[in-house]
Amino acid sequence: MGLEIDREPRVNIQVTDGVLLPEKSQPTLFNSWAIAFTLAVVLLVVLPIVRPDPYWNILVTFPAGILVTFQVTVSAIILATLIGIFVGIGQLSKRTFINRLATVYVEIIRGIPLLVQIFFLYFALGRFLRLQDFPAAVLSMAICYGAYMGEVFRAGIQAIPRGQMEAALSQGLSRGQALRLIILPQTVKIILPAIGNEFIALLKDSSLVSVVALTDLFRQARNYASVTFNYFDAYLMVSLVYLVFTLFLSRLVAFMEEKLKQHD
Amino acid sequence: MTEPLVRIEQARKSFNKVHALRSVNLSIYPGEVLFIIGPSGSGKSTLLRTINRLEMLDSGSVWFDGIDVMDHKTDIRHIREQIGMVFQAFHLYPHLRVLDNITLAPRVVKKVTAEQARLKAQQLLEKIHLPDKIHAWPEQLSGGQKQRVAIARALAMEPRLLLFDEPTSALDPEMVKEVLDVMLDLAREGMTMAVVSHEMGFAKAAAHRVIFMDEGEIVEEGSPDQIFNRPQNPRTEKFLQHVLH
Ligand SMILES: Nc1ncnc2c1ncn2[C@@H]1O[C@H](COP(=O)(O)OP(=O)(O)O)[C@@H](O)[C@H]1O
Ligand SMILES: [Mg+2]
Repeated sequence: MGLEIDREPRVNIQVTDGVLLPEKSQPTLFNSWAIAFTLAVVLLVVLPIVRPDPYWNILVTFPAGILVTFQVTVSAIILATLIGIFVGIGQLSKRTFINRLATVYVEIIRGIPLLVQIFFLYFALGRFLRLQDFPAAVLSMAICYGAYMGEVFRAGIQAIPRGQMEAALSQGLSRGQALRLIILPQTVKIILPAIGNEFIALLKDSSLVSVVALTDLFRQARNYASVTFNYFDAYLMVSLVYLVFTLFLSRLVAFMEEKLKQHD
Repeated sequence: MTEPLVRIEQARKSFNKVHALRSVNLSIYPGEVLFIIGPSGSGKSTLLRTINRLEMLDSGSVWFDGIDVMDHKTDIRHIREQIGMVFQAFHLYPHLRVLDNITLAPRVVKKVTAEQARLKAQQLLEKIHLPDKIHAWPEQLSGGQKQRVAIARALAMEPRLLLFDEPTSALDPEMVKEVLDVMLDLAREGMTMAVVSHEMGFAKAAAHRVIFMDEGEIVEEGSPDQIFNRPQNPRTEKFLQHVLH
């Protein structure tokens, strides 16, 4: 007799560019993640010990750059998340103007290579808003990633059963109150792993801002290379450092995903 | 004659080509327990959902306490806060504990203080016989407990009308009674209720009036005795045979 019961959301929103996420079925010791991570760490430790020149010399130039890379990444992901909330809601809005604004923004951003966007935004922001290097870099990244984050939020909001909004509306809440108090808190929980993946992608893509101005991790490596002409070793070391970070973070995201699943 | 609390006139609603409601007229009076039966797809849910404008009508009108519900100038939130709704699938807020499920709307919509809302929630949990679940998460409750909390959540707004859309259809048989008992208590206290359900026992015990819907129309209405024991329309008869046997 008309049993149309909404099933609880069991959605796993993956908007990722393919960081190695360990699969449950793989044995922990020899899965691809463990092999890659071990290899990176071992090389990163052994090479500077065995051949301090050049590897140790390269490595010691990195810490300041690593700090900048994380500053850019963390600031940009926070801003991008805020943009993403509004874009995600906007894409689902029934008001034509807001809906168009959000969807057109996403279309435009997705159609332009990130490097080109960063060049354009960076120079546009610098020229018209007279922003400093750091805020300009962060804002460029945030505007790009805000579009992807908007997609994550849109999918997350759509994954919440319609009955939640209806229950809230039936109690006299406004749409805005229902979104803020009922829908978004549930959305955030299911998209946390997706946000983690965006963070990892952003960490990698932040290397692009080194092209325009900031002395981030990648810029440090390029600086070293341009002075010593030892491109191979400089880029090898910087690759290993990025790899260790992203693999570690992807593990963290997978762990978070497990935890959230258990809680369901 | 008292004024009806809800008056529905010539209500029509279709989804694409499907006629969910075709010219429905219905009044619900204060203190009345109205029981609605009918086959799946006959428009029962749609009818309930037009009363608090979860669905807009294509034509016709709905009046609540003399106010035009479908008028866009009407403050619909003020209407909705006076109408509680209980859903088949409960729709408790899974990220909030039982206490917050019950107190959220009173605090946000009616600006009741947290302390007052908590006291009210405690009273309601006594009433539904779940006082020790105040700090539980919805996922820790059985189906029957969830539905009772959903009723408490609706009651927390001190509604003048309660809408029930198949409140026991998603429950295991052994949990149906605990929910119906709470609903019976409410009926005895004089709560105005519109109940879509197939629990004929509840109807016989509590309903003042039964309506039978089929294909978007009210085919027959009358007292529980009239409808269940002496149906006039062959469609009603056929449906009852189908459900009761
Ligand atoms: N949101 C909707 N979209 C499309 N069709 C719908 C929607 N809601 C209801 N209907 C259709 O309207 C008719 C009446 O549905 P409903 O009111 O849910 O019936 P009941 O509650 O009696 O089972 C059905 O044919 C159903 O498929
Ligand atoms: Mg229904």
